[in-house]
Amino acid sequence: MSEPLLKVKNLKTYFTSRHSQVKAVDGVDFVVGKGRVLGIVGESGSGKSMTSLSIMGLVPGPQGKIVEGEILLEDMDLVKLSDKQMENVRGNLVSMIFQEPMTALNPVLTIGEQISEMLIKHRSMRKSEAMAKAIEMLRSVGFARAEQIVKEYPHQLSGGMRQRAMIAMAMSCEPKLLIADEPTTALDVTIQAQVLELMKDLRDRTGTSVVLITHDLGVIAEMADDMIVMYGGQVVESGTADDVFEVTLHPYTKALLASIPVIDEERDRLYAIPGTVPSAANFPVGCRFADRCSLVETRCRETMPELQEVRTGHWVRCHLVTK
Amino acid sequence: MASDVAKMKGEITKAHKAVRGRSPLQLAMGRFMRNPLAVAGSIILLIIIFITVFAPLFTHWSPTNPDIMNTDAGPSALHWLGTDSNGYDNMARVLYGGRVDLTIAFAASIMVMVLGTIYGGISGFLGGWVDNLLMRFVDIMLNFPFISLVLVLEAIFNTSNEWMLILVVGLTAWPGAARMIRGVFLQLREQDYVIGAVTIGASRMRIIFRHILPNTLSLLTVLVSMSVAGYVGLDAGLSFLGLGVPPSVASWGAMLNTYSDYISLSTKPYAWIPPVVMIVLTILSINFIGDGLRDAFDPQSRS
Repeated sequence: MSEPLLKVKNLKTYFTSRHSQVKAVDGVDFVVGKGRVLGIVGESGSGKSMTSLSIMGLVPGPQGKIVEGEILLEDMDLVKLSDKQMENVRGNLVSMIFQEPMTALNPVLTIGEQISEMLIKHRSMRKSEAMAKAIEMLRSVGFARAEQIVKEYPHQLSGGMRQRAMIAMAMSCEPKLLIADEPTTALDVTIQAQVLELMKDLRDRTGTSVVLITHDLGVIAEMADDMIVMYGGQVVESGTADDVFEVTLHPYTKALLASIPVIDEERDRLYAIPGTVPSAANFPVGCRFADRCSLVETRCRETMPELQEVRTGHWVRCHLVTK
Repeated sequence: MASDVAKMKGEITKAHKAVRGRSPLQLAMGRFMRNPLAVAGSIILLIIIFITVFAPLFTHWSPTNPDIMNTDAGPSALHWLGTDSNGYDNMARVLYGGRVDLTIAFAASIMVMVLGTIYGGISGFLGGWVDNLLMRFVDIMLNFPFISLVLVLEAIFNTSNEWMLILVVGLTAWPGAARMIRGVFLQLREQDYVIGAVTIGASRMRIIFRHILPNTLSLLTVLVSMSVAGYVGLDAGLSFLGLGVPPSVASWGAMLNTYSDYISLSTKPYAWIPPVVMIVLTILSINFIGDGLRDAFDPQSRS
């Protein structure tokens, strides 16, 4: 594996109210290598979006808080930075792409103004320079008439175009890390492929590391070098994408893979994992997947399994899987 | 055939240019200009502003220099609308009076909007306990007796002028605006593009002024236009009660006050009908403009 860029150690993001404590992210560890794509998969409520917001320092306060852990970008601990220092990290070193391109662009500013804003702030460019750079960025994400697009407003672009404009914006300061929170969920399948191809291409050209959050295993298979599977705020399986797909070890990952419909197989009902994700306010003592697992044993309900390295670089959190 | 194709190409590029680069504000202005009532309102308001600003072009009488040889005169070639009991020319007072009424209305509503936007914006953007505290103060201010404040200030300073009225209105009427702006800020700060602005490292001030405020412009414009209409009426009402500007200053409300007794109302319609018409026309035209703006900014609201 290449040199690490981002190291997340024992990250715990909790939401505390007077009555309950919601453990949205509960002790997550992972490493993103330089120039690599890390896919984070999980169901809704597994804590994958909160993990990304924690990296950006955007956990919605005052209830939400990073209570423990380190987020090391190279050697800088993002958790310890002040608001002012964080402003310089956001957009400059780490930037983010949102799920919903229709609402993620400001309707009253032109595309060019929105892209150049970041360049003016982080690269101290003059307005004309920033505009020229914005045009260049738009061209690199595949806009043929980029000179016109910079003068256009978001309502004049389609969903796929807006998502590409978002990517251009996120990439314009050449960040070291790009966080993409379900970047293709709101797009048509044809546009999805285009956007994924574009992200891959940009990664190859600029060497930016990518954290790709999705619930679509197909996207992970297409894009990711490494992957982690999250469940109940914890990592349940991690490794290179090839390893995890070829030698799937955790029962949850297996169940996820089994619930993907296969096109040439006739089935009356699609397979679904029974039950729902346990409430993050009230996790069971033992394994968090125990209630939905087909292989559950008594010890699963009694003690929490540790995340252990079962094969080289392949970690699993399950009592039933050992070396 | 070939020329047809060329012509079509020309039309396509023209159509393309037409949709290019029009901001939401420009689009709304386009819709506004297609609303006949709103355009009529704008034209009437412009005419009213024109004749009050350029009043000296329409009469050589001064509204503050009485013609003491001709008091309480009826309409004549000399005084088209007669004179009042002090010998002031009514025509001059109608023309010049608009200056005071419109200044009070515009200045007060701009002051209200500025205070309301700053206060409501901070409250809505910060949220949490700050918001709670600021909004409780708004609740107190909303119950503040406005007319008593005018009376107290007049008693203290022993006079009253248009600037005092502007100040009083500005200082007592902002809470309503603040509450509205706060609501909009609360809603806008949860928008993805605002969170997006945070993710690119924009500072708080930048987010408030560059990303959120322009999105409230439509609401602000409508609020200003509606409140201007309200304050024209307010000044007229206060002057009518004798709480507005002093009698020596020409204003439409003060003129009504002069002619508010039963005998004048029945015998001197030439003196009080013109200021009434001016007040009604001003309020109506501003209201039409306000309605037009609201429809233009929010096409869905049109019934």
